[in-house]
Amino acid sequence: MSQKDNWKIWEVFIRSKNGISHKHVGSLHAPDAEIAIKNARDVYTRRSEGISIWVVPSDAITASRPDEKEPLFAPADDKVYRHPTFYDIPDDVGHM
Amino acid sequence: MSKEEMLNLEARFERYVAEENKVEPKDWMPEKYRKTLIRQISQHAHSEVVGMLPEANWISRAPSLRRKVALLAKVQDEAGHGLYLYSAAETLGADRQQLVEDLLSGKAKYSSIFNYPTPTWADMGAIGWLVDGAAIANQVMLCRTSYGPYARAMVRICKEESFHQRQGYEIMMALAAGTPEQKRMAQDALNRWWWPSLMMFGPTDEHSPNSAQSMKWRIKRKSNDELRQEFIDKTVPQAEFIGLTIPDPDLKWNDEKGHYDFGEINWDEFYNVIAGNGKCNKQRLEARNKAHDEGKWIREAANAYAEKRAKRESTSSSVA
Repeated sequence: MSQKDNWKIWEVFIRSKNGISHKHVGSLHAPDAEIAIKNARDVYTRRSEGISIWVVPSDAITASRPDEKEPLFAPADDKVYRHPTFYDIPDDVGHM
Repeated sequence: MSKEEMLNLEARFERYVAEENKVEPKDWMPEKYRKTLIRQISQHAHSEVVGMLPEANWISRAPSLRRKVALLAKVQDEAGHGLYLYSAAETLGADRQQLVEDLLSGKAKYSSIFNYPTPTWADMGAIGWLVDGAAIANQVMLCRTSYGPYARAMVRICKEESFHQRQGYEIMMALAAGTPEQKRMAQDALNRWWWPSLMMFGPTDEHSPNSAQSMKWRIKRKSNDELRQEFIDKTVPQAEFIGLTIPDPDLKWNDEKGHYDFGEINWDEFYNVIAGNGKCNKQRLEARNKAHDEGKWIREAANAYAEKRAKRESTSSSVA
């Protein structure tokens, strides 16, 4: 694999059918976006798994850090009033 | 980090995986867990890649178009499986180019089964039925492995592999129901592939020193001997169904255990092939290196094209 610097890693996202969002399926190497799409077709859609492909350079993704899990997500854990079951409505009212 | 803090982290990690939680790429993990996984996943990837070679031999010699398209699709799947696995290894910080170089230089290991030759068409049947069958037993277990990206790759692979085994068994079935000569060919392939297939599960539990740690980390979910027994129990009736005989005089159903008893595996042969002395070790590496070298021009052309396009786009956007 000569000149490997050009073959960067791309993350691949596939939409399986219209009405469903693209979903991350894995990654691959390619010299540019066009070839990344072609490779993604061969590697990730050999059995009609998709109708649309996104490829994104891995280094373009900014991710939250696992060690920030607590400060980022814990604040949502104690806010039960954001859920419908927090509110008492008599059964007689019917579905709401 | 102090030694005590490190031990705390390790204890917490072991509890975490023991409770059936999955580990994702950026999570903290013991260095040895990472190394074990990189080794296992990359060997698995190499096995998929080298696994194409014994079958590639028969693509142009397949007896019908139906058999040919199936074999071609199977070999293409194996290339894909290698790629899923290399990607999974990269999420642990492994370098793709290094992994490929280690395979090409002979430094890295791959499954020994692919160092056996494929002299007849029946070998395509035996490989699909037995070799893929044994691989599936192992891979179904790995769908529940503790490392997320590896488990996800395995789920994809397992979905695709079941066609591989069925196409192999169908080949064996056709040959076994054919002329006496065809049936002999099928039996001969079974004779040659049976024992190496059993060896694919690795040494017996008492001689597999790393297994215990892998089980503790939930990388492995079943022991080598357990998987081997499962495979035998499942495969023997399949051989009987098509009238072929498993080449093991000691093979006998054990009513009490609810499993087949089987004969002694020739472990000297196993270690000998691993050491590089199998019939095709040299041939496989040469073929892999040849394919890699012959693909060099296309990698270079792709680079040149990407560079040219990038340059053109940057000039046109500066004009605009």
